Amino acid sequence: MNTSNGAFIKSSGKLYKALSYLILILLAVVILVPVMWAFMASIKQNVEFYGSPWALPEGFYVQNFADAWLKANMGNFMLNSILLTAMSIVLLLIIALPAAYVLARYQFRGNALWSTMFMAGLFININYIVVPIFLMLNNGDKLARNVLGQPIFLNNLFILALVYTAMALPFTIYLLSGYFKTLSKEYEEAASVDGAGHFRTMVQVIMPMAKPSIITIILFNFLSFWNEYIISMTLLTKPEFKTLPVGLMNLLAAQKSAVEYGQLYAGLVIVMLPTLLLYILVQKKLTQGMTMGGLKG
Amino acid sequence: MPFNSGRSRFIFFCLAPAVTLFIIFLCIPTFDVFRMSLYKWGGYTDTKTFIGLDNFVKLFQSDKFYQVFQNSILLIVVVTIVTFAFALVFAAILSRSKLKGRDFFRVVFYIPNILSVVVISAIFSAIYDPNNGLLNSIVNLFRNEDVPVLWLGDQKIVIFSLAGAMIWQAVGYYMVMYMASMANIPESLYESADLEGATPIHQFFAITIPLIWTNIRTTLTFFIISTINMSFLFVTAMTSGGPDGATEVFLSYMYKEAYTNSSYGYGMAIGVVVFVFSFALAGILNAVTKREHLEY
Repeated sequence: MNTSNGAFIKSSGKLYKALSYLILILLAVVILVPVMWAFMASIKQNVEFYGSPWALPEGFYVQNFADAWLKANMGNFMLNSILLTAMSIVLLLIIALPAAYVLARYQFRGNALWSTMFMAGLFININYIVVPIFLMLNNGDKLARNVLGQPIFLNNLFILALVYTAMALPFTIYLLSGYFKTLSKEYEEAASVDGAGHFRTMVQVIMPMAKPSIITIILFNFLSFWNEYIISMTLLTKPEFKTLPVGLMNLLAAQKSAVEYGQLYAGLVIVMLPTLLLYILVQKKLTQGMTMGGLKG
Repeated sequence: MPFNSGRSRFIFFCLAPAVTLFIIFLCIPTFDVFRMSLYKWGGYTDTKTFIGLDNFVKLFQSDKFYQVFQNSILLIVVVTIVTFAFALVFAAILSRSKLKGRDFFRVVFYIPNILSVVVISAIFSAIYDPNNGLLNSIVNLFRNEDVPVLWLGDQKIVIFSLAGAMIWQAVGYYMVMYMASMANIPESLYESADLEGATPIHQFFAITIPLIWTNIRTTLTFFIISTINMSFLFVTAMTSGGPDGATEVFLSYMYKEAYTNSSYGYGMAIGVVVFVFSFALAGILNAVTKREHLEY
């Protein structure tokens, strides 16, 4: 009786294991196949798209990438995206680090107020306020046209970088000040004994310790800035300022009328390749960082 | 007091840029959403008329808004249930069993999360393509009709196609979250359950779920808020609300009215209703799922 029961558990354990593998592999296939298919499609010639979608490419048709890069302007859009993402990340770090530091480590009037305000900011979602921001900048441009003779707010990568920075501020400050609060007060005391001022203490003593958090912030915001398209689509209306995802969206829309499949998938690969490469390099840090920082929607 | 005035100046310069940006690009626009919902205004002209709650009255009398409401609720329910079930089961399998290649699966399942929604939309447009699409090439093996399934063109199907793409994108993210909280459950609980002959499925319901309940509740709130947001992103890139409004969701409708249609005040009223609705729904779910807190 006992042995048969044990055998039952053992064999059901094996069955369970096999079943688990099957389910996991199935999901992995469902996720990997579409992504790999897109890579494959990006080197196919246009005529090949009328055959079976599962057929392997007949050759390596590089022309797709050249078309996407030059004809569809993805090269310029790439430059815009790089500039925008870099500016936003630098601005975010320069602005969020000191703010999080003083909110976490200094007692002053207004500290509670601003801490609460930034916390409340976690609940503001950009999708609700993108049109009000557009109108605000549009009104600013009307004023600028009267005063300076030309608009300066819309179609401006730097302004967009400021908007991105503002969007990322609440979560970044929440994450960083959470970390700064865990540090011992003795670091500042020791620095003060050594004669370091407030600024030097912050830059030379505290910042280096926050390196892991800073790296997490750079990674997450690189992904969200690089992939963002609702704000950039609204605030950058001129074609020469478009970012990569918006460019890809144009290709996607154009594909419905004039069929240029190869160019579309080449563009798609151009957009997703940087994020995929980064992910492969730092995947451990990213999934760990996500759970470390708590939740982000 | 030279030290103290230096201290105040330091605090001021550290905080001022963040506060300025925060007020200009988050506080004022948010305040504007609520204020402008009470006005009739196109957005570009100077004529603003205060009309009280008229925008809201008009909104609740419009059939279009009910269609939008229905689409959004359907998406929230379908995406939440399916994503939740998949993420939880996969997380349990991955963190409980000592399978080979655990890390590989974890890495693979998270991939959709790092891709731009536009990229995912483009990939799924290829999958759903009626003539040369991946899905139809598989489905056609099992059906004899010549007419292809219009995954994005049929008003009855399109919302589920959209849900499919959203689930594909979200499963990995929630799986990693559940795995993180499952890692905190002490192994000894499972060992003693093993000794008493409890099956893995029984253990899943009796140990795993009760012990990560707090985490599950938090993610339920997340599901609602992020489905409302993500559906906007997907709709914008994939269907633009079509065919014939069958995939118009809360925020895409708001964006269309406020930006494309230039009925700014009306659009903001939609925003207010959606905002209040999402928080109310999250609050209700939070209250309903309240259980006694269990310690390990």
